[in-house]
Amino acid sequence: MNYSALRHFADSYGLVFMSVVFLVLVGWTFRRNAGKHHDQAAHSIFEEEDRSDG
Amino acid sequence: MASKFLDHKKIERNVTILGVLAFLAVIVGGIVEIAPLFWIDSTVEKVEGVRPYTPLELAGRNIYIREGCYNCHSQQIRPFRDEVERYGHYSLAAESMYDHPFQWGSKRTGPDLARVGGRYSDEWHVQHLKDPRSVVPESIMPPYAFMAERDLDAGDMAKHLTAMRRVGVPYTDEDIQKAQQDLQQQALADGDAADLARRYPKAQARDFDGDPNRLTEMDALVAYLQMLGTTVDLRSAEAQEQPR
Amino acid sequence: MLQGAEQPRAPVSWIGCSSEGLMDNIITNAGAWLLLAILALFGAALAADAGFAVHMGIMAIAALAASFLTMAKGDFNALPGRFAGPSALRSRYYDDVIRWGVIATVFWGVVGFLVGVVIALQLPFPALNLNNEFTTFGRLRPLHTSAVIFAFGGNALLATSFYVVQRTCRARLFAPKLANFVFWGYQLFIVLAATGYILGITEGKEYAEPEWYVDLWLTIVWVCYLAVFVGTIVKRSEPHIYVANWFYLSFIITIAMLHIVNNLSMPVSLLGSKSYAAFAGVQDALTQWWYGHNAVGFFLTAGFLGMMYYFVPKQAERPVYSYRLSIIHFWSLIFLYIWAGPHHLHYTALPDWAQTLGMVFSVMLWMPSWGGMINGLMTLNGAWDKIRTDPIIRMMVFALAFYGMATFEGPMMSIKSVNSLSHYTEWTIGHVHSGALGWNGMITFSAIYYMAPRLWGRERLYSLRMVNWHFWLATLGIVLYASSMWVAGITQGLMWREYGEDGYLVYAFAEVVSAVKPYYVIRMVGGLFYLTGSLVMAWNIYKTIKGDLRQEAPMTDAAFDPEADRPVVRAPAAGTPQPAPAE
Repeated sequence: MNYSALRHFADSYGLVFMSVVFLVLVGWTFRRNAGKHHDQAAHSIFEEEDRSDG
Repeated sequence: MASKFLDHKKIERNVTILGVLAFLAVIVGGIVEIAPLFWIDSTVEKVEGVRPYTPLELAGRNIYIREGCYNCHSQQIRPFRDEVERYGHYSLAAESMYDHPFQWGSKRTGPDLARVGGRYSDEWHVQHLKDPRSVVPESIMPPYAFMAERDLDAGDMAKHLTAMRRVGVPYTDEDIQKAQQDLQQQALADGDAADLARRYPKAQARDFDGDPNRLTEMDALVAYLQMLGTTVDLRSAEAQEQPR
Repeated sequence: MLQGAEQPRAPVSWIGCSSEGLMDNIITNAGAWLLLAILALFGAALAADAGFAVHMGIMAIAALAASFLTMAKGDFNALPGRFAGPSALRSRYYDDVIRWGVIATVFWGVVGFLVGVVIALQLPFPALNLNNEFTTFGRLRPLHTSAVIFAFGGNALLATSFYVVQRTCRARLFAPKLANFVFWGYQLFIVLAATGYILGITEGKEYAEPEWYVDLWLTIVWVCYLAVFVGTIVKRSEPHIYVANWFYLSFIITIAMLHIVNNLSMPVSLLGSKSYAAFAGVQDALTQWWYGHNAVGFFLTAGFLGMMYYFVPKQAERPVYSYRLSIIHFWSLIFLYIWAGPHHLHYTALPDWAQTLGMVFSVMLWMPSWGGMINGLMTLNGAWDKIRTDPIIRMMVFALAFYGMATFEGPMMSIKSVNSLSHYTEWTIGHVHSGALGWNGMITFSAIYYMAPRLWGRERLYSLRMVNWHFWLATLGIVLYASSMWVAGITQGLMWREYGEDGYLVYAFAEVVSAVKPYYVIRMVGGLFYLTGSLVMAWNIYKTIKGDLRQEAPMTDAAFDPEADRPVVRAPAAGTPQPAPAE
């Protein structure tokens, strides 16, 4: 493999692949029910620290 | 089901998956950028003249590293008109191909040193290193007078050359075998200079520190500074340069 | 040290339940430490050079101390906890190592800033190099960078990551003794690195200066750190892994990778300090800046973002602005950062395609960086008044603001045409320090101010007014530092390339050196302010640990005096006839 072959790959398939991965990642966080789940996670640090002490 | 498989909840709840995915995310950039440098031939275009360091130069280079000179001096001339006029021809990749580690630097508190070799006399260097402000009043460089007082104790240079050969520097068996002798001979000029020059073309053999009876750290450092940028044949590189 | 209540049962994991006890036993084995001490003594005796002998001596002393303390009755690690109030000792988390970590962070911070001021003084006043090989700028500068990045920043990361991972996982630290080993092993690494620089032991690669055997030691410590961190996550009782832990985890993994690859080297002798880097020239340069830039990206950014995602919401008492944004922030930040290294090598002999890639990714990096900043700042949405009323929140906001400024300036400086002016100049130094002093320093200080009263069971810090003083001293210091270096850097860049009418360069290099000397003095004054602020913090933390509460007017409330809460009427003096009203 030489420079121009790599450059060609980077300019075409590589670029498309990375863009798709990025869009999928962003879309992922908008899936249904995610909001509720995220809300829960964000609040988890405020729950009573000794909750599970038993 | 795809949606179940691609569930971020799973990633957020499984430290192994999270760790592996994070590792994959951070490894891509390094592989794409660094790995090709090792096998694309055009990364380091061959030029004439670049050779491994002589034992004395290598010992001097180790002092340069030990004192942290790279914190203030670069060894990488960029292809700009002002830099080329100030410091000389811009640096070529091949010129540092035997530099383990590279010393391109990142800061010019002091000037670039990539082609400082031969620009000043040995006496100037010795005086400048002992007391920088005695020759350059504006200088803010620390003084290194102790180097002139201290005998060069680099350890067994054959071992140093062997370590360098293990990481890919083409020292010959003869170079390694004669390492200690080359070290002495280059600074004290008491041996077969032709033999040294045959194995290390353009090697400068003379007393560098003005004290011909002793082999000091000053000898080694000045020998290193005086060879910087002097071995490469820039005319042979011209043919490969494309105007832009 | 009081033991916590019954541990929640850890889920079965790939680490296995018995490994915790096994790892702890190895760490506490006095005989193993003694063996290591003897080996180190042999190393010192047979050393090929004096520096290596000194280092093996330090190793031997450390191993002997570890061996002795393992056999001693008292728990050395619980020492700072002895001063803690009862509420802190009821904590079911393992906080001893964190208490030590807070002390170490403050200590190394003061040391690192002090060395910074010293080398800042050496530039305008070179006589302060003291004509002595041990105190030259070239040897002290790595001491400063390592002390602030690895000692101050590293201890802050160790302490906060152990604090955060336990509290967000609601689980006691995995293998506490291993955690103690990580802490003390890391201090040994710092001492070996620092003494090495002064003795002239260096690999000559910026921010990766420690030699091969110190690197090996750090690798061992780091793998144990990963084990403690991941082990704690594995035994968590909270189903979700909170986002702060993702940042910490990626920081630990990535730093391990960077450290190992960039430090690959060939020792000259197994009993000597000198080694030669595995790579040379172009390849070594890119490996180094791949490491160097991501030491910034993962050590000083990802790890500290972990702090941000826990301590900012906790101090503001509001959940993070957008958890969704934090997910995007995390993945895009760690993916993009790794590519940005080549912007340190613009216009060098590095192939052009690599430089361009580095530039493009650096510019793209602006987006996740600002996403993170916005996420942090907007956490205060609806509670902006806290900036006025809470000096710790003010520090956090300031840290985020400087994070935003530095991550805007960085992408700008990575554009090749800007870089052609800024590279090799003081502008770079100013940029680094606006990030380091503004972002890393301030977020660390605020995390320490948050943790200290909780770790030592105090009602509050010794003094909130001193936090305020610290804030303003540090802010003034940063402003002086960044502005002076910015001006100095642009001055250098422009003077170096200045051409006269005659077509010749106008300035000799030495003239440029003298032109920037005044800015070096201003920078040093800024550093002095910052150092003073850190001393105020040290005193404040010391008194907090001691359990004192400074009697002071509350920071924020406008004084309320019910007596005065009525229309202005001159009060009649007792026993005198009522005078006419004032108006």
